[in-house]
Amino acid sequence: MTSRRLILTRSAAIVGAASTGLLLPEIVRAQAAKVRVGFMLPYTGTFAQLGVAIENGFRLAINEQGGKLGGREIEYFKVDDESEPSKGIENANKLVQRDKVDVLVGTVHSGVQMGIQKVARESGVLSLIPNAGVHAATRSLCAPNVFRTSFSNSQPTRALGKVMVDRGHKKTVWITWKYAAGDEAFEGFKEGYTAAGGTIIKELGLPFPQVEFQALLTEIASLKPDAVACFFAGGGAAKFIRDYAAAGLKGKIPLYGSGFLTEGVLDAAGPAAEGIITTMHYSDSLDTPRNQKFRLEYAKAFRSQPDVYAVQGYDTGLLLVQGANAVKGDLANKAALYKSLEGAVINSPRGKWTMSKSHNPIQDIYVRQVENKENKVIGVAAKALADSGAGCKMT
Amino acid sequence: MDLPQFLIQLLNSVQYGLLLFMLAAGLTLIFGIMGVVNLAHGSFYMLGAYLAWSLSTALGSLTLAILLGTLLSVVFGLALEWLLFRHFYKRGHLDQVLLTFGLIYIFEELRSIIWGDDVHGVTIPEVLSASIPLTENLSYPVYRLFMSGVCVALALGLYLLISKTRLGMKIRAGAFNRDMAESLGINIKLIHAVVFALGVGLAAVAGMIAAPIASVYPNMGSQVLIMCFVVVVIGGIGSVRGALIAALLVGLVDTFGKVLLPSMSGMLVYMLMAAVLLWKPEGLFKQ
Repeated sequence: MTSRRLILTRSAAIVGAASTGLLLPEIVRAQAAKVRVGFMLPYTGTFAQLGVAIENGFRLAINEQGGKLGGREIEYFKVDDESEPSKGIENANKLVQRDKVDVLVGTVHSGVQMGIQKVARESGVLSLIPNAGVHAATRSLCAPNVFRTSFSNSQPTRALGKVMVDRGHKKTVWITWKYAAGDEAFEGFKEGYTAAGGTIIKELGLPFPQVEFQALLTEIASLKPDAVACFFAGGGAAKFIRDYAAAGLKGKIPLYGSGFLTEGVLDAAGPAAEGIITTMHYSDSLDTPRNQKFRLEYAKAFRSQPDVYAVQGYDTGLLLVQGANAVKGDLANKAALYKSLEGAVINSPRGKWTMSKSHNPIQDIYVRQVENKENKVIGVAAKALADSGAGCKMT
Repeated sequence: MDLPQFLIQLLNSVQYGLLLFMLAAGLTLIFGIMGVVNLAHGSFYMLGAYLAWSLSTALGSLTLAILLGTLLSVVFGLALEWLLFRHFYKRGHLDQVLLTFGLIYIFEELRSIIWGDDVHGVTIPEVLSASIPLTENLSYPVYRLFMSGVCVALALGLYLLISKTRLGMKIRAGAFNRDMAESLGINIKLIHAVVFALGVGLAAVAGMIAAPIASVYPNMGSQVLIMCFVVVVIGGIGSVRGALIAALLVGLVDTFGKVLLPSMSGMLVYMLMAAVLLWKPEGLFKQ
């Protein structure tokens, strides 16, 4: 597989060189050098699979376009960021200063993202964020050269409030880990829920990434809210779902959450997860021809099922292809490149989305319900939802 | 908080405390007897949880999985002691910390290679899957009570083993004065191997017992490791009795802290530790 791809790219390079390099004037030949694309993603540790899914998705999008950006060959560089915030700046600089990449694609962890953000703002390198939802990246610290293709932390929960009120849940307890992503998810939930006429009767939390929920579940039972809304992810989410059911709360007080509650944990959570309603910008089971085509292509290419992270990586690739095509591969033409990225319409497996003024997706948020270990889409929670971009000043 | 509510939270505290004890007992034992600071203790907890998951999936029974898993983890502990740890008893704590810190990474990577990075659930056995209703909308899972029972039984067994049996006497003698014990004909090397394997076994059993309610996921060991050290430090390094009292205390402070002082819940346990150390710098029960 690898060797075949190698031969393909090499022969393509030779053909490319023969057809352009030898015949065109100097200036164009300089431009025809390879586009340098750097992945800064977690390849080890808890988020390793997310990093791989994002890279796979990105490569799929590029390969569907003939494996080139605006007619130029691509050279990839990779750095494992280990989801380690203290090494964020150092790792970003490896790509920007050592490898001199034209585009930096990364990352998953919000803390690491802040390191990338700093480097991107100082160096001016084009930075595409395929996951990390930290608000600052497209709010107070937004930058003309930084674009996000995933979500902001408050986006999924912003849409959750109205869904709950519409279902008659007027009094809610909110529970999450007390850390940046949990706080930002709460901000979105609070805005959406109170605007829809609901009241948050108590805000519960525990330090990240603790998983001893029993005391808080006892508290929830005594508060007797109409429903519970939460933000958890990964192993902690699976445990929360199981503990919630084991405490006898399932079926008495409905559980709602940001979509990450039920991503990648449904096997582990088992029957305890059935019926949970969440809101998010994607679902594996989204029944559109676009999504089905994507899922088929991805499965064929990588012999595994894509998830929301793969979609975000794929969209990052689509976005970059659009931008590069608009400037015919001349990524140094920044004004035109950014203008094209800002105006991009991405025909994503999640549905069409556009870029907000602060460079975050304006996208539909779906309502999903867990049914037979699958997140079934049961409606749209919000059409074309944008992040507020509060405090963003592009300079 | 009314009385029933208070009692339920008390139950939560005791239950959490007992689980912490089971985890910390092995750590304090290994430190108390051999003087080894074992940062990789959390990895044994993770090992137990993954064994419970993979064996119960393969064998179809959690009970069988726990029995076989305990055996495997004790053998693993013996092998590890023979290969690595026995060469570190007489070296400084810094060397031990470096060794065991490195082991955390190795175990994490091995886990990733052998079992992958997915989150897994372990099914609770049918007989223990019920819940006892406590209030109109809250029930208590029988499995949690069962866990507490196992923890109490292990604590009792550990106490009897160390203070009432011949082996326990030898262990205490070795910890008290190694050279004297050796010259009296006690095979200290063997005793150390047994104690180390016991410590690994305790952590792994804790992981196996906790797996059905904790889920099984990468890095789960590092999360419990810090709490273990807090318990060991509060209880007095090397004291099993101290670890029990400290674990119950931590369970109490953590549980009620979350409910009564939610904004400070992350700090309270550490404030408790600081307070205890100011009062008794060697921990509650100095060995």
